[in-house]
Parts: sequence; C-alpha cells; structure tokens
Amino acid sequence: MSNDPVLDVEQLKTYFYLDEERVAKAVDDISFSIYPGETVALVGESGSGKSITALSIMQLINKPGKIVGGSISIASEEILTLSSKQMEKIRGNDIAMIFQEPMTALNPVFTIGNQISEILRKHKKLSNKAAQEKAINLLKTVGISRAEEIVNEYPHQLSGGMRQRVMIAMAISCDPKLLIADEPTTALDVTIQAQILDLMADMKEKFHMALLLITHDLGVVSEYADRVMVMYGGQIVEEAPTSKLLELTKHPYSQGLLESLPKLEEDVDRLGTIKGTVPPAYDFPSGCRFSSRCPFVMEKCKQSSTDLKKIDQDHFVRCYLYENGGSEE
Amino acid sequence: MYKYIIRRILVFIPMLIMLSIIVFALAKAAPGDPFTGKILDPEVDPAVFEQQREALGLNDPLPVQYVNWASKIATGNFGESMYYKGRSVQSLIKERIVNTLYLGLFALAITLIVAIPIGIYSARNPYSILDYSATTFGFLGLAIPNFFFGLIAIYFLAIKLGWFPAQGTITSTDVSGWTEVWDRVHHMVLPGITLGLAGTATYMRYMRSEVLDVLGSDYIRTAKAKGMSERNVLYKHTLRNAIIPIITLMGFEFGALLSGAIITEQVFSYPGLGTLFINSITNRDYPVIMAITLLLGVTILIGNLLADIFYSIVDPRIRYD
Ligand SMILES: Nc1ncnc2c1ncn2[C@@H]1O[C@H](COP(=O)(O)OP(=O)(O)OP(=O)(O)O)[C@@H](O)[C@H]1O
Ligand SMILES: [Mg+2]
Repeated sequence: MSNDPVLDVEQLKTYFYLDEERVAKAVDDISFSIYPGETVALVGESGSGKSITALSIMQLINKPGKIVGGSISIASEEILTLSSKQMEKIRGNDIAMIFQEPMTALNPVFTIGNQISEILRKHKKLSNKAAQEKAINLLKTVGISRAEEIVNEYPHQLSGGMRQRVMIAMAISCDPKLLIADEPTTALDVTIQAQILDLMADMKEKFHMALLLITHDLGVVSEYADRVMVMYGGQIVEEAPTSKLLELTKHPYSQGLLESLPKLEEDVDRLGTIKGTVPPAYDFPSGCRFSSRCPFVMEKCKQSSTDLKKIDQDHFVRCYLYENGGSEE
Repeated sequence: MYKYIIRRILVFIPMLIMLSIIVFALAKAAPGDPFTGKILDPEVDPAVFEQQREALGLNDPLPVQYVNWASKIATGNFGESMYYKGRSVQSLIKERIVNTLYLGLFALAITLIVAIPIGIYSARNPYSILDYSATTFGFLGLAIPNFFFGLIAIYFLAIKLGWFPAQGTITSTDVSGWTEVWDRVHHMVLPGITLGLAGTATYMRYMRSEVLDVLGSDYIRTAKAKGMSERNVLYKHTLRNAIIPIITLMGFEFGALLSGAIITEQVFSYPGLGTLFINSITNRDYPVIMAITLLLGVTILIGNLLADIFYSIVDPRIRYD
C-alpha cells in the first residue's frame, strides 16, 4: 500500500526453554512488515507458532519463553528495547489484540463498563465519567444496542458473540495503529463468525487500522485478507497477495492446506490432507522443517533448508523446488 | 442479590433447629449425669439424688426435655450450671467468650497478615527460595499438632527466653488503658500463633495456588494486552479473583479456629470458652457442654452464612442463580 510500515518484524526468534536439553523454537527467524490499512493473514496449522508471533509483538511471552533475537518496530520505533513501563504505553494504545476465547478473555468480576473505561483512563487520561460515556459510545459503535445497560453488566451475562464485540470495542478504544486478532471467531457459532469478521473489517476501515488476522480458515483469508503469510514450524514458508497465494500456490505445505479446504465448484469424494502432524517445536527435522511430511521431499531437503526466496515481485517461498527463480523443475 | 441473601438466611433456620436436636441428642446419649459419680457416696441417700433428678426434669420423656430446653434457649436462657451451683450458664460463658473471641480474631489476623502476602509472593516467584521455605513451613504447620507446637513455644519462648508469658490473659488487674491492651496482646501472642498455625499454612497454600491460577488466565492476558500496569494487573484483576475462594475458606475456618481454641486454651491455661468446655466435660456439666457445643455449631453456621453472603458480593456470577 503506502509509505512506512506500521509494523516491521525482523528476524524475530522466540524460544521456549523447556528443560536442560530441549528448546522449543516456536518462532524462529521470521521477518515481515504490515503497511497502513492493510489486512494481513497469518495462517498455519495448530502449533505452527501463530499465537507466539502475535504475543511476541505484544511482548506478552511468559516463562519459559523468551524473545531471543530480532527486532520489532511500530511506526519505525523499535519496541523490543523498551522498558516494561514504556511497553505498557504501547499495548492497548498503539497495538491492540483480540483473543480466541471470548468466554474467558474478560474478567468475570468487573463490569463491562469498568473494563472498557480502565483502558481509556490509562491511555487517554479520561475522567471516570468521560471514560464511562466513551465506553457506551464504543459499545454502540460495535453494534451493541443496549449499550447503556450492558456497561453495568458482567461478562457472564453476555453471549460469546457479544463478548467478542466488547473485546473489539476495547481494542479500538484508543485508536491503535495495528489490531492483532488471534483466531477471533474460532470459538464462535458459524452464524456469528461472519458478523464478527465483518465488524472487524468495518472497524479497520473506520479507524484506519492495519489488521493482522490469525486464522487457519482459508475461506476467511480469501474474503478478508490483502496478503497472506503461511507459517509452518515457527517459520514463514510462503508469502504473497491473497489471490496469488490462493491461485498460484507454490509451497507444498500451502498446497496441502488448500487441498484440505472444501471447494464448492468441485465435487470430490475425499478432501486432501497433509499426512502426519506438526512435529513438536523442540524436535524439528534437520534440514527443511516440512521435509518429514512433504510429498515432494528431495534428498537435500533432509540435509539443509533454504531461505524465504523471492520468486515474483511480491511472492516469496521457502522451498528448494523454487530455487531457480520459480520454475518448477 | 438481596433475594439470594434472604433465601440463604431462611435456610439457616432449619439448620439451626437440626443442630440443636443433634446437640441435645448427643448430650443425652452420653452416659451418666451430674449425680452419677456421687452415687456411691455413702454419706448421701440415693433417694436425694433421685429427688433432684426429678426436680431438674431429668426423668421426663426426651421430647419433653428437648422442647423445654429448646424453648428456654430460644429466649437466651441456657439454664443453670449443674456444677457451679447457682450460676447461670450464660454468666459462665459471658465471662469467657470475650477472651476466646479476642484470641480467635488475633489468630485470624496473624494468619491473614502472614499467609496472604507470602502466598502472593510465592505465586509470583514460584520455585524461589522463599516459595520453597513457605512450602516446607506449610507442611510442618499442618503436620505439627497444636498442643505440641504450643508446648514447644512455651518451653523456648516463655520459659527459656522469657519473651512472652506462658499463661493467662493479663499480669495484673490494676492496669488500664494502653498498658492493659498491650499486656493482653502480649499474653495472646503465643496462644494466637499456636492457634493460627494450621490456618496460616492452609491459607498460604490456597493463596499461592489461586494467584498462580489467576495469573495464568486469559483475562489477565487481556488486562496486560490493554497496557494495564503490573500493579493494576496484580491488585485489581488478580487479587479480586483470587480472594473469592479465600473468603469461602474463611467461613469454614472460623469454626475450625474456635474448636482449635479448645486445645490451645488448655495448653496455655487461657481462661476462655475452651477451658470452660474441657472443665465442664470433666464435671459432666451438661447445660454448659450443650450451650458451648451449640455455640460452636452456630458459629460455624454463621461463618458459612457470612462466607456465602460475601461470596455473592465479590463474585457477580452467583447473584442471579
Ligand atoms: N507456554 C509454552 N511452553 C512451551 N512451549 C510453548 C508454549 N507456548 C507455545 N509453545 C510452543 O510453541 C509452538 C507454537 O505455539 P502457538 O501457540 O504459537 O501455535 P499456534 O500456531 O497459535 O496454534 P493454534 O492454531 O493451536 O493456536 C507450540 O507448538 C509449542 O511447542
Ligand atoms: Mg494460537
């Protein structure tokens, strides 16, 4: 899209030190940027490191995890070197995050109004009264009609969809530059999912945010994302604009993900699956991390792996198959 | 919410009646009465005992005895002591209950002041040296019986070091004002710590596991993601949730504290309800035994009632069930 990236991640590494010998390389050397107004999807199977990537950006990694290398900047300002006090001013203010489980993401003992207004009091220095009024407005903005009553209610009185709306209201309350949504609809009813995603897309437009959308639903990707990053084993294995990635899929892993997706226009008996499961992050195969499951595996894939290579101006793949500028063999 | 509290109080009444029936039945089921031990006294004609039994209503049918007893205690009249002739049970209890109450509150205060901060610290720094020490102390605190700890405390802290008095509630009765308060507190330190020991260990473990649990929950992550400060996350979001089970525990523990006082008071010759209770058992002073048992039962019921009410105040999820 335009000018400077909102978020720039360079060679980020987040490891979990499980015990003396085992280190789970949950995020291992990933780099990407997100530009203003863009929606970027991060997809991959369970355990591929999507959530840890998001939590690393927020610097909410708990022990035994640790960000061991790389750099993260928000609007060209490095945030990995900030003190925890300075980082508090960034969270919720410059970057907001929405989580997968709306049922447990809100504190059960405080009212909705309290939980929305505390973020306004913190970052916008609003008075109690002003914050409460703004909270009501925000709830209306996210499509909650009984906003005046809801502010005085507790999370357990709301449905999952409503709670996710509250989370969105909280997320947009301080006009963040970037909104990270980690599988925001996975825990919701199918009928509610589209509403929530549409709401997020609306909010993104209205508040000029960039959106990092974590999902493993490629249907969602095709509808909402401008660009897609496919993640496997803590690394980005393919990155391209959405239409290109869906139509000119290169990496065998991305192809596998697509084949496991039901298509309306085709009548197949069985959906494709990727054989095996994601290896644990402390025990990746040497060489290419997908080599243990790849249908096109070659001898050298087991010895070493390649970098994310540019095969087209905006299409990147990490695979020996495309070593020579994208021609398949 | 008021509905909930009223309903809860209504349930309290049948429980009270049940309790009184049980206390009455237990007292009646125990062998012997105040005259049993003296029946062999050749100086006294057995017919005199029989006469007195008749006069005290001990020969009436049980339901009649119960109704008589219950209707009297309902008006606050617990009858006369059978041992301390001419003294009403109320006056005996009144004399002692304040001491026990102070001791109980003192022990509870020590418990909370020690256990909650340590529990929180342990949860925030799990597997630290202090956490391990607290765990060890916790096991010891639970494993060592009250009376044994009390005896050790008396031996070292009272007799050897002379830091604290070993018994009683006050050194001399002609002090007043702050000197008196200080003297009383000084006397309460050893029995208070002894009485609070098991509770301290329990609360500490509870607090640790609760805080640890809450710190790992999704809503704490949300609070952090909102940019809330570490203080806010700990004191607002975490503690408010972690304290909920502690309040329930307090309701239960309050009764345990009073029953624990029975032994502790004995060890420290502390003139409270506990010593009165033990003496009354030795003397088969049934009206006093029944009154104190009932009182203990009522305290436990009230403790639970208060716990439920507080619970409904701090946890919005149970107000509307
Ligand atoms: N607390 C932790 N302790 C140890 N290892 C962890 C921890 N959290 C994550 N990991 C490791 O990081 C890897 C990536 O986890 P992550 O939660 O990012 O996966 P994900 O892509 O978000 O999966 P999902 O779709 O299930 O949410 C996991 O496979 C695991 O090995
Ligand atoms: Mg995840």
